[in-house]
Amino acid sequence: MLSDSLLKTIFGRLSFESFPIHEPILLVTFIGVMVGGVGVVALITKFRLWGWLWRDWFTSVDHKKIGIMYMILGFIMLLRGFADALMMRTQQAIAFGGNPGYLPPHHYDQVFTAHGTIMIFFVAIPFVVGLINYVMPLQIGARDVAFPYLNNLSFWLTVAGAALVMVSLFVGEFSRAGWLNYVPVSNLQNSPDTGPDYYLWALQIAGVGTTLSAINMVTTIIKMRAPGMTMMKMPIFTWTALCSNVLAVAIFPILTAAFAMLMLDRYVGTDFFTNDLGGNAMMYWNLVWIWGHPEVYVLVLPTFGIFSEITSTFSGKRLFGYSSMVYATVVITILAFLVWLHHFFTMGSGASVNSFFGIATMVISIPTGAKIFNWLFTMYRGQIRFELPMMWVVAFLITFTVGGMTGVLLAVPPADFVLHNSLFLVAHFHNVIIGGVLFGLFAGVQYWFPKAFGFRLDPFWGKVNFWGWVIGYWVAWTPIYIVGLMGTTRRMNHFDDPTLQPWFVIAAIGAAIIAVGIAAFLIQIAVSIKNRDKLRVDGDPWDGRTLEWATTSPPPAYNFAFTPVVHELDAWYDMKDKKAQAPKDGFRAIHMPRNTGVGVIVSALALVLGFAMVWYIWWLAAISFAGLIAVSIGHTFNYDRDYYIPAEDVTRTERGLPAAAGA
Amino acid sequence: MSGPHAHTDPVAAGHHGAGHHGDGHGHGTRRGYLIGFLLSVVLTAVPFALVMTGILSAPVTAVAIILLAFVQILVHTVFFLHVNPKAEGGWTLLALVFTGVIVTLVIAGSLWIMFHLNSNMMPMQPGSMPGM
Repeated sequence: MLSDSLLKTIFGRLSFESFPIHEPILLVTFIGVMVGGVGVVALITKFRLWGWLWRDWFTSVDHKKIGIMYMILGFIMLLRGFADALMMRTQQAIAFGGNPGYLPPHHYDQVFTAHGTIMIFFVAIPFVVGLINYVMPLQIGARDVAFPYLNNLSFWLTVAGAALVMVSLFVGEFSRAGWLNYVPVSNLQNSPDTGPDYYLWALQIAGVGTTLSAINMVTTIIKMRAPGMTMMKMPIFTWTALCSNVLAVAIFPILTAAFAMLMLDRYVGTDFFTNDLGGNAMMYWNLVWIWGHPEVYVLVLPTFGIFSEITSTFSGKRLFGYSSMVYATVVITILAFLVWLHHFFTMGSGASVNSFFGIATMVISIPTGAKIFNWLFTMYRGQIRFELPMMWVVAFLITFTVGGMTGVLLAVPPADFVLHNSLFLVAHFHNVIIGGVLFGLFAGVQYWFPKAFGFRLDPFWGKVNFWGWVIGYWVAWTPIYIVGLMGTTRRMNHFDDPTLQPWFVIAAIGAAIIAVGIAAFLIQIAVSIKNRDKLRVDGDPWDGRTLEWATTSPPPAYNFAFTPVVHELDAWYDMKDKKAQAPKDGFRAIHMPRNTGVGVIVSALALVLGFAMVWYIWWLAAISFAGLIAVSIGHTFNYDRDYYIPAEDVTRTERGLPAAAGA
Repeated sequence: MSGPHAHTDPVAAGHHGAGHHGDGHGHGTRRGYLIGFLLSVVLTAVPFALVMTGILSAPVTAVAIILLAFVQILVHTVFFLHVNPKAEGGWTLLALVFTGVIVTLVIAGSLWIMFHLNSNMMPMQPGSMPGM
């Protein structure tokens, strides 16, 4: 028999009890995931796709492929986060009076924590980063991003973070401390289990990825714009992408520092955020919200850009008030740093501090309001085509405006004292994040999918998807606004007052309608792939205005055979207007970055490191950390990083002929 | 780094013709480095002297050291990091100013918030809670 201490050395605190085989819900989920996972692996093996996946996708440094992989990651995590949402809605719909529901508090708390964490960090961020990755370099006429390998590494680090959260579902526990892992709940004495550690390691790893990606995008936009594209001729989506990524560069280090201090508290016994010995739990709230509020704008600014592009394209007009849109975006970028305290008005900083942050919060609604009017004026007297992307814009305008108004209401400190931590607040931020961020991302997917794959998405199932989400949103969240205004608090897994039950039943029905919308999206993708020959489009299916529509759909690996020269704001519209012709010969060899598997390896080592640290398996942590450093340094000696696409291949591609074998 | 290749290509094609050196970094001159070196030596020696000789009172010394440290930061940024309005078309300076604004907001805001929070706490007898 192995002695206890030897087992502890080898496995840390991991033991048979760490596997939740006694919890039927988790067991069934686990079996489902295993059967599905084995099925997928078997199919990939059967069709011999591993080599193709590794060579053409996993190791790719092409911003377009990385963008698509980000979108796939975001969608998979959306399914997980939405499953959590359905569990919560079901629990709250039935757990009244004598009925405890089916989720014990211990499990329910993990579900709401995982839901929030996943939806922000592993759904919204990958979707936003993915769209920026795909579209922005095309919009500015670049070959790729500034640091292609870094881009691949950023993606895989995000995947490693997501994987660690998923592992926590079946091995040990996830955090029960809310989506920002609040102290004092997440302090060691209150949560001695693995939950907060899973949270911290997953987000630190993914956070490195997000920070690197933001640096990459800022550099790309500043350094690699096509000649002639001055800042004020940059497409509005690129502008919003720039501001969003500048914000991300500024705020993620704060989050990383706050998490690092909490890690020190939990691992080596420091007292940054403890309740005694000079620690201050409120400082943690202060720091995470300095990150948290600008993060809202990191997510929503790019979707404002998407709405701007779509409104302009589908109204057949130049965007109304382009420069006011740019200034509004920049003003929001700065003001985003002056409002964070509104997340904890009730903490007790007093009237003067609360008034300042309350007024700053109301001020930030002015540039946002200006944008709403810009979109309306762009549509005014336009030749509006109500295709799917435009439908999402209208749904957004209506939904988001309501969310914005409840936000201004919550910005009034006395009102916030009544509504803080109520379901009214929860309804408010779901209103702006679903109505603002998700609707924008769905609009972007419908808009740019033909660019990425060369065929349109099926409009019928797209409409089912659209109405499922829009109707589902309103049915699910209106009752939550109402019970929240009546004072119902958030994060409850049981209610005593049976008169509230009908509202929660309606909310659960709303969630079911959203589920129809999500299913319709999956069907839409499947149907569109099946009918792709009927849905085939050329480079410019929507009569677009910006440079991404100037190349083929899908674009070649090198994006543009010749770097386009920009004279006007809507560069592609200008080219069409002047009847510019794409050159058909005189192509030159194109210098491209080479694929590398280092990003995957480094991220896999980071995942192992995170897992080992969560379970106190020190030897494994030391080995994976050493390996991580060694591989990273080793990669700096790899000088084989680029290649040329021969001129003949470029010529063949540009003339619509299949590329020569082996290209 | 894989950056320079991918980076120079479109840039080279777009702005500078061929070549890898037209990227507008601020490059220091020998004179600049010397001035910077002398200034930083002086700015380091003066605080040392203030402390060693003790000619000023303790609080004044502390304030003087903080001010000199701030000047030291500026000297390093200008002479060693080559931040000036022309480097990278002004982006370097803009980034520095933006960072300064954000760091100031974050630190000043946090101090302001935590100070008010502390003074609004219920008054407690010293020693009634260990460690407070």
